[in-house]
Amino acid sequence: MSLLEVTDLRVSFPTADGVVQAVRGVSFSVERGRTLGIVGESGSGKTVLTQSLLGLTPGGQISGQAVFDGVNLVGLDSRELQKIRGKQISVIFQDPLTSLHPMYKVGWQISEMIRAHDKSVSKAQATDRAVELLGFVGIPRPRERVHDYPHQFSGGMRQRVMIAMAISLNPKLIIADEPTTALDATVQAQILDLLLRLQQDSDTALLMITHDLGVVADIADNVMVMYAGRAAEKATKRDIFYAEHHPYTKGLLESIPHSSAAGERLRPITGQPPSLINLPSGCKFHPRCAYVMDRCLDEEPTLHAVGDAGAHRSACWLPAAALGEGTGAEDLRRRAVAEGRGADAARVALTIAAAPEAEGSVIA
Amino acid sequence: MTGALSDEAAQAWPSDASMADDILVRVENLVKYFPVRGNGLVRRTVANVQAVDGVSLTIPRGKTLGLVGETGCGKSTLARCIAGLIPATSGKVYFEGNDITNLRRRAMQPFRREIQMIFQDPYGSLNPRRRVGAIIGDPFAVHKTASGNDRKRAVQDLMARVGLNPEHYNRFPAEFSGGQRQRIGVARALALRPKLIICDEPVSALDVSIQAQVLNLLADLQADFGLSYLFIAHDLEVVRHVSDSVTVMYLGRVAEHGPGDAVYDHPRHPYSAALLSAAPAADPDSAAQRQRILLTGDVPSPINPPSGCRFHPRCPKAQDLCAAAVPPLETKAGDPATHLTACHYPVEEGEALARAGRREHR
Repeated sequence: MSLLEVTDLRVSFPTADGVVQAVRGVSFSVERGRTLGIVGESGSGKTVLTQSLLGLTPGGQISGQAVFDGVNLVGLDSRELQKIRGKQISVIFQDPLTSLHPMYKVGWQISEMIRAHDKSVSKAQATDRAVELLGFVGIPRPRERVHDYPHQFSGGMRQRVMIAMAISLNPKLIIADEPTTALDATVQAQILDLLLRLQQDSDTALLMITHDLGVVADIADNVMVMYAGRAAEKATKRDIFYAEHHPYTKGLLESIPHSSAAGERLRPITGQPPSLINLPSGCKFHPRCAYVMDRCLDEEPTLHAVGDAGAHRSACWLPAAALGEGTGAEDLRRRAVAEGRGADAARVALTIAAAPEAEGSVIA
Repeated sequence: MTGALSDEAAQAWPSDASMADDILVRVENLVKYFPVRGNGLVRRTVANVQAVDGVSLTIPRGKTLGLVGETGCGKSTLARCIAGLIPATSGKVYFEGNDITNLRRRAMQPFRREIQMIFQDPYGSLNPRRRVGAIIGDPFAVHKTASGNDRKRAVQDLMARVGLNPEHYNRFPAEFSGGQRQRIGVARALALRPKLIICDEPVSALDVSIQAQVLNLLADLQADFGLSYLFIAHDLEVVRHVSDSVTVMYLGRVAEHGPGDAVYDHPRHPYSAALLSAAPAADPDSAAQRQRILLTGDVPSPINPPSGCRFHPRCPKAQDLCAAAVPPLETKAGDPATHLTACHYPVEEGEALARAGRREHR
């Protein structure tokens, strides 16, 4: 059984302007010792999704199931959650400066965490453990540095302190929410390396939330791409990068400048992400999608298998044949754009549907 | 005076002497120290933050110079000195051959039209209480180049040019998304038809799909108006994408400079090599194959930078000479003349700096 099994999780926030549907039915699972990368743009619901698991979304209305190690986290009272939070599931946040208390020494902050969950540990023991942890995450002279305040550390060092805190109780799952976004590339490489080493040493599961596909390519085993509060595509890392199916995933990949094509024009996704109060009809991506068909305007697709193994799932009406490179999907898209959307798009869809038998020859 | 200068420049920038006309901006030995004052009554200067320490570079006309380096390497300070937003401690900035270093306000005025900036934060750089039309129209008002209906028409043209709806003239910044706000910043920078736009992390705050839209817009504008860009970003792939040539800075000095391909494909400075190897590639196969050079420690304090080559305490190739002597920025054997490296022991082709076998892949 998976360590964390989330089924149909929904989170919404009632506001004066209407109900913000931040997460609209997401299911996924995380295995022990593996890394799931959750990718999406601002407002795709990736942070709310994970924070709601830990009761960190006050005011949010949560439904669905999130079974962690046999316990359903949704609906757990705060006292029960507190026992799990930090000890079994710990979180590393994006901004290490605001997540550390500026007026307490870092050693104290780490040992407080240890003692809060186990009162039998003495202060001296907890401090020793803090020193050991700081050394483990690569802070030089940890015996002296435990007595320093957060402002005396650089950004990368602060993030190491956050990681030391996160692993202090040997959690089974670490949720890392954009852990390297605020850091320079060289420091980011150090932190990712540290997380990977940790995982190999202690079989910890890692939930990596990021907008950076480079980080995902580096560290994830499986990837879930989110758009407007739902999973657009779920697959192994290789399938996401080399055989992507959902046009949104494709758009994200094409938006990144690649060193192999320096100076060429980028192909961004047009338009803006939708407002979560006023979501478009049908597929939430359709106003920005270059492959839009008539059906997309009315019916919202759900995740279905598009690969052979069934592990590759995509929420898009395009047939599986549109998968990956070399299927002429590019030609199809160009034609869809040239012919305009709507009525003609239906014909385009039929062309794609005909593609598997003809092995792509129809497309040319 | 100019003769002496061009001789000097010819030495530092061999390729540039022949096409001096194509140089828009030349920065020579620019130094910017921020004094650190003591607590005493007189507030004596007790130390200096050596933010920029002897940087020379040129920005060719109609081209893009990318500036990369980690936080605190002085790239933003350098940009602000070039734009004349902060005075330089010493050194020279030439714009089309005119010395614009530390000019008085009135003397600087005509050059301000030519040099504009786009800032990183599209939220912080727009006044939330002013309408977009007024924000974009400000440069016209300041320089008294257009007023009344002319100004409004000019602003609406600009808005259309950067992909905003001209009818949104009367809206407030809060009514726009991050990407659209950055377009407002671009329109404002473009208003006076400058020759140089300094882009300080212009897309860092944007989502990838929006980032690509803004990068395409910047490329279009460059093609249409013959703009030069000084492009600062920490995202190395973005810099490579937009830049004709790239300068790598470390702790206030230039580590390496050259054409984008040369620097990215054959970095000669160990710092450039480490920085480039650390950049995440959005491609699992190349990420798995890549030999990552993990640097130890942090960037040292610019108040008390290391002796000799400032990179030597973190450099895998450092030897005694590196601590003793500052390496000159020069062309290394086998490199094209435009590729300059400040290193005593440059990285050779095929040399492995990475520690092998550090990462297992499943």
